[in-house]
Amino acid sequence: MNEGERIAYLEKIGVTALMMYHAKARFSSTTGLEDIWVGASHIQWKGEKFAEDSFSWQSPIIGTVYGTLFNFREQLEAFRTEFDKAPYQKPPQRPILYIKPRNTLNAHLKEVAIPNGIEAVEVNATLGIVIGKTAVKVKEQDAFHYVQGYTIVNDVSVPHQTFYRPAIKQKARDGFCPIGPWVVLKDEIPNPDNLMIWTFKNDELIQVNSTKELVRSIPRLIQDVSEFMTLASGDVLLVGVPYNPSLASPGDTIRIEIDHIGSLENRFVHDNVLIAGGERV
Amino acid sequence: MKHARVACYGAIHEAVEADGTLQLMDGRIIDPQDVVWLPPIEAGTIFALGLNYADHASEISFKAPEEPLVFLKGPNTLIGHCGQTRRPADVKTMHYECELAVVIGKKTRSVKRKDAYDYISGYTIANDYAIRDYLENYYRPNLAVKNRDTLTPIGPWFVDKEDVQDPMNLKLYTYVNGELKQEGTTRDMVFDIPFLIEYLSSFMTLNENDVILTGTPKGTVNVVEGDEVVVEIEGIGRLKNTIVADKVFAR
Repeated sequence: MNEGERIAYLEKIGVTALMMYHAKARFSSTTGLEDIWVGASHIQWKGEKFAEDSFSWQSPIIGTVYGTLFNFREQLEAFRTEFDKAPYQKPPQRPILYIKPRNTLNAHLKEVAIPNGIEAVEVNATLGIVIGKTAVKVKEQDAFHYVQGYTIVNDVSVPHQTFYRPAIKQKARDGFCPIGPWVVLKDEIPNPDNLMIWTFKNDELIQVNSTKELVRSIPRLIQDVSEFMTLASGDVLLVGVPYNPSLASPGDTIRIEIDHIGSLENRFVHDNVLIAGGERV
Repeated sequence: MKHARVACYGAIHEAVEADGTLQLMDGRIIDPQDVVWLPPIEAGTIFALGLNYADHASEISFKAPEEPLVFLKGPNTLIGHCGQTRRPADVKTMHYECELAVVIGKKTRSVKRKDAYDYISGYTIANDYAIRDYLENYYRPNLAVKNRDTLTPIGPWFVDKEDVQDPMNLKLYTYVNGELKQEGTTRDMVFDIPFLIEYLSSFMTLNENDVILTGTPKGTVNVVEGDEVVVEIEGIGRLKNTIVADKVFAR
């Protein structure tokens, strides 16, 4: 899909300049989540209009971030011939999850540091399901009751070809999980199982994906995960990582857009650059 | 000093061990039998080590790894001393793992081995249960094996670093229904505590109250409903819990 087709598509699904979405956000200057209304050209907060870059955005999430492997059909199909071989032996049965620990949390318009000795990192554009209340052994048909809303996540990883052992060294680096800019409340999203995910590198559209392509739909994923572990309010479940994710190198800016939610933008820098906030990562 | 977090008198309290009793921060003394024990620290990131004792690695048919096999756990899996751990009805193999848990005391990055102990605040005990029926060869050990609710009892005490002379020379024991089943020493770790802190902090920031579960020695056997499991580490304490069946849970 090119840019013209994309704009035509957005008009078709009713994303217009007049819409305002109710969302929750976290800023450096405030404690806790703030109610905001997101429009096409501005953010409304406490009754006043602001430009998006006038805020210092923090991750709207401080709970546990769980990622899911092999939940986009294209990725699952691409590995199908490997599943019966060593070391995997058979295809995955339950959702294969991983944790993005707290040192990875990062935010909209903040920098992501690429570790020394690594040329480029994967940018895994995905949708985050934000849990609204304690979910234990939830049934698929009730799953949306446990959702607060949705956000955009860039699950940054050092490229790795094997999925046999936990990818801590690849996925748990400082700042490797930009989230945000905000959490759009679930009632604002007509069908979360049909959202386009667009990835831009330096303003060029480089990857298109859709939550229509999930192996386990959002309610099914919540059912199959909460069957063995409790999801708490404020936790986030990532719906999956795309097949053949794009790479980012120092100097690149990656923007991920998801229909009805917004766009999450981060610049990638060398490890030896101080990021905003004065912290070396 | 030995510290605990307990629920009693209608609130959650910090407490210290005092001659076999518990003393709350407000001075009240209470019998340990009259409290609900909570995990002794509010854990941040929870790291766990697989195959970090060579004898356990060979016991489950692996050679010891050349690089630490690290996995992460979520907060849902932690429970306190004297808690219940759920054993799903249809599983064949569920085993305990007695482990020394190292608690990080301050934020750090790129620590050298010789300085590693400066970043430790203390120690506790974890029982890192595994349900092997759910093993899959993707990000193994996968979360369905290790991160189920109630699968990681931790405590009873958080013991200050200063009170543990040599954490790399502590005896570990596991008793099932009073019978000794597992015995080892932290001396036999493949990757010792300073190495693990250097390794993890070489690629990520460690924060206060992050916890590293350092792996388990040989002697893991299946446990079933009704078993009382005690994991003990010399100088740190005895952590007890009970295996319960699905029927205790209404869902």
